[in-house]
Amino acid sequence: MIIWLTIIAAGLLTYATRLSSILLYGKFEMPILVERALRFVPVAVLTAIFFPELLIIQGDLMLSFRNPRLLAGLLAILVAWRTKNVMYTIVIGMLTLWLLQFIFN
Amino acid sequence: MQATHNTPALPPPRAEFLSGVKAELPLMIGVIPFGMIYGILAIAVGLPPSAAQAMSVIIFAGSSQFVSAQLFGLSVPAIINLFTIGVINLRHALYSASIAPYLQKLPNRWKLVLAYLLTDEAYAVTIIQYQQDGDNRNKHWFFLGSGLTLWTTWQLSTAAGIFLGATVPASWSLDFTLALIFIALVVPALKDRASLGAALTAGVAAVLLFNLPLKTGLLIASLIGIVVGLVIEGRS
Repeated sequence: MIIWLTIIAAGLLTYATRLSSILLYGKFEMPILVERALRFVPVAVLTAIFFPELLIIQGDLMLSFRNPRLLAGLLAILVAWRTKNVMYTIVIGMLTLWLLQFIFN
Repeated sequence: MQATHNTPALPPPRAEFLSGVKAELPLMIGVIPFGMIYGILAIAVGLPPSAAQAMSVIIFAGSSQFVSAQLFGLSVPAIINLFTIGVINLRHALYSASIAPYLQKLPNRWKLVLAYLLTDEAYAVTIIQYQQDGDNRNKHWFFLGSGLTLWTTWQLSTAAGIFLGATVPASWSLDFTLALIFIALVVPALKDRASLGAALTAGVAAVLLFNLPLKTGLLIASLIGIVVGLVIEGRS
């Protein structure tokens, strides 16, 4: 029973977090600074998610050319910059990762 | 929001919906194994199958479900479990604020549905779509398409983990596709020094703060990146 109550409460909490600004936007004056800050949310959050994926290996920072995820990620950044194409970025990134994992093992 | 000078035709709802589905599909390579592993883990720590699946429907937030299932397994007090989920999911408040201006004119029933679908993966493709040039009036259909694609995949892969137990070998490293897709979305969006500065600072800070509990490092790093973006923009 307590499990179900926790799940329902957690669902409501998560939903309220997601709904917060969507529902309230425009209902009151938004400070200009906040308005300007919103532009940076996607690039900041998404980069904060993917940087550790490249650099933290099994809980430790691995800033080395022996780190296949870092190398594959750097190549993927180059591909994304030149092609702006999600599929090319995935395919080249994954092939590079597999190749490097094969070589380094 | 912004129209280009030659004003392209407004894409119909159906076209936007299908574009959203299509944009979301590559993300499923990483989401399917993630959902299956969650299902397997939830059963392994002793959650009943119904509760494990209900978490995917009611909470619908992968990382927090992982942590929460483990806390259920450890029988920690419910209030701590709830607090943990709340903190892990705080980044969704940033997503909500970031996407809110584009949804402002929609009727409330749209807002209520889209808020439920506001996950990392749906947000990532949708906000990039909104920030591109072109007519934004039907892009909520794009959001719906990407959100429902993720929702369906998440429910099915969770169920597969719960009931089949099979999983994809970790050596395939399919989790890496998430990082690659985020790279593909972020890099082309770095069009000026301020956004580049915001992204780099947030990324480096996230690595340095990685070991903070409850994924708070991610949230703090994002906020630092946003502030740096504002400072650079303010000086130029």
